[in-house]
Amino acid sequence: MTEMLKLLEKDARYTPAELAAMLGKSEEAVRKDIAACEENNILLGYGAVIDWERTDEEMVTALIEVKIAPQRGDGYDRIAERIYQYEEVESVFLMSGAFDLTVILTERSLKEISTFVYAKLAPIEGVTGTATHFIMKKYKYNNRIFSPVIEQEERPLYI
Amino acid sequence: MMDYDSLLSRKVKSIAPSGIRRFFDLLEDRPDAISLGVGEPDFVTPWHIRDAGVYSLEKGFTKYTSNAGLLELRRQISNYLFRRFNLYYDPKKQMIVTVGGSEAIDLGVRALVDPGDEVIIPIPSFVCYGPIVTLAGGTPVYVETKAENEFRLTAEDLRAAITPRTKLLVLPFPNNPTGAIMEQKDIEAVAEVLRGTDIMVLSDEIYAELSYGDKHVSIASIPDMYERTILVNGFSKSYAMTGWRMGYVCGPAVIIKQMLKIHQYAIMSAPTTSQYAAIEAVRDGDRDIEMMKNDYNYRRRYILEELEKLGLHCFEAKGAFYVFPSIQSTGLTSEEFCERLIMEQNVAVIPGNAFGSCGEGFVRMCYATSLKELKEAFRRMKICIDSL
Repeated sequence: MTEMLKLLEKDARYTPAELAAMLGKSEEAVRKDIAACEENNILLGYGAVIDWERTDEEMVTALIEVKIAPQRGDGYDRIAERIYQYEEVESVFLMSGAFDLTVILTERSLKEISTFVYAKLAPIEGVTGTATHFIMKKYKYNNRIFSPVIEQEERPLYI
Repeated sequence: MMDYDSLLSRKVKSIAPSGIRRFFDLLEDRPDAISLGVGEPDFVTPWHIRDAGVYSLEKGFTKYTSNAGLLELRRQISNYLFRRFNLYYDPKKQMIVTVGGSEAIDLGVRALVDPGDEVIIPIPSFVCYGPIVTLAGGTPVYVETKAENEFRLTAEDLRAAITPRTKLLVLPFPNNPTGAIMEQKDIEAVAEVLRGTDIMVLSDEIYAELSYGDKHVSIASIPDMYERTILVNGFSKSYAMTGWRMGYVCGPAVIIKQMLKIHQYAIMSAPTTSQYAAIEAVRDGDRDIEMMKNDYNYRRRYILEELEKLGLHCFEAKGAFYVFPSIQSTGLTSEEFCERLIMEQNVAVIPGNAFGSCGEGFVRMCYATSLKELKEAFRRMKICIDSL
């Protein structure tokens, strides 16, 4: 099962038949495993990795450090939930170290990000501070490198 | 006008160019072609290994190393061989770092073979053994391995090939081009034939790490075989380091000492940058080997299944990164099959007879290619076969 998940993480477009061939299992068994993983929220979705820089779409991504005061009973979870419910929020992680949550969000402009931070994020009860960092360039994301591969020259090679 | 033809060495002229060549020539000017031809990992050398090479350059380590190679590298190789294959070789006396496994093969043959000596070479196998033996003045004696034995060398076939002039047996497993392996019992059977003779073994174990069933067994680890084995291995296949040209050879100290003379006159020392990178690879690269092997294994299973679907029968190849399916069901010869496949569908595979006449009726496909390309290659192959 872990092997299948790792393959899907690498390329979500592998078909059950291909996965079955690679893993030495039957297609039926793979389909069952996938269904079980989806059912149990192990397999949450299948996404593409896109280099938006190469399109004419305007986008700004920010990484926001958030400090929060944990609440009795709910700890950090309740505040994290109030943040991740916003559609524009891509990722939320609980961190060890100098701050508590990492929030990553993408908007169309710097202004929209600022608005999100001062109008939505900062006022949440329990949020005690934020620090916003803008992502200037993506080099690698989810194991994909954002630059063209340089091909080696043609080789007359006989081995 | 110089008459070069009469000037050239007769020995050199007598050896044929690699039979693979013509098919690579056909590939030229075909940008859309998919090649399952070249026997080379599709991975780039892992970064930490490349970085070690770069770092050595920054430090200015650009001089020759000792002839046998950096002692630290030899120590690490010794440690590795013990850790992975339970073999012990003295880094100071029993090992030379060579320019790829190819040089190691050349050294082994040249150190042992005199004119008139016979060298037993199982075929199909990598194309270099015969020509190297010929250049050393020896006589290659080819032993055909068979599909029904999964292309393993059997004790009977070996025994039948031995004569009083037999000096050396080349043992190329896991095998290029067939993907065949020799399991412990097969190696033991070969060892039993050799016991009590004074035949040496040149064991080319360059694909040792790419063994998908049981762990690879080196003939040097079988009782009475250590003292008659020259072990060839290297970094090209297991660490995806083909361009670094890093190999090594291990064996009895007396023989290594003679091989070192050839190496020191012909080569001096293996490339220094590559040796520093190799230290990093052999010391910290076990994880890389595992990762790449896993990936090859996925593709191996995939390609075996696709071949079956196409009706091209193939035994379950468990080593290296090759499969060697039979194409006899198509009614074509190996060369006809390969030529049609490349001309009609832009897919390159290598005719089996390039690796010895008994490879006729088979083709070699290398699956060190991304799954995406393999998929496309099989889509095209199906069109080609359906049109026959």
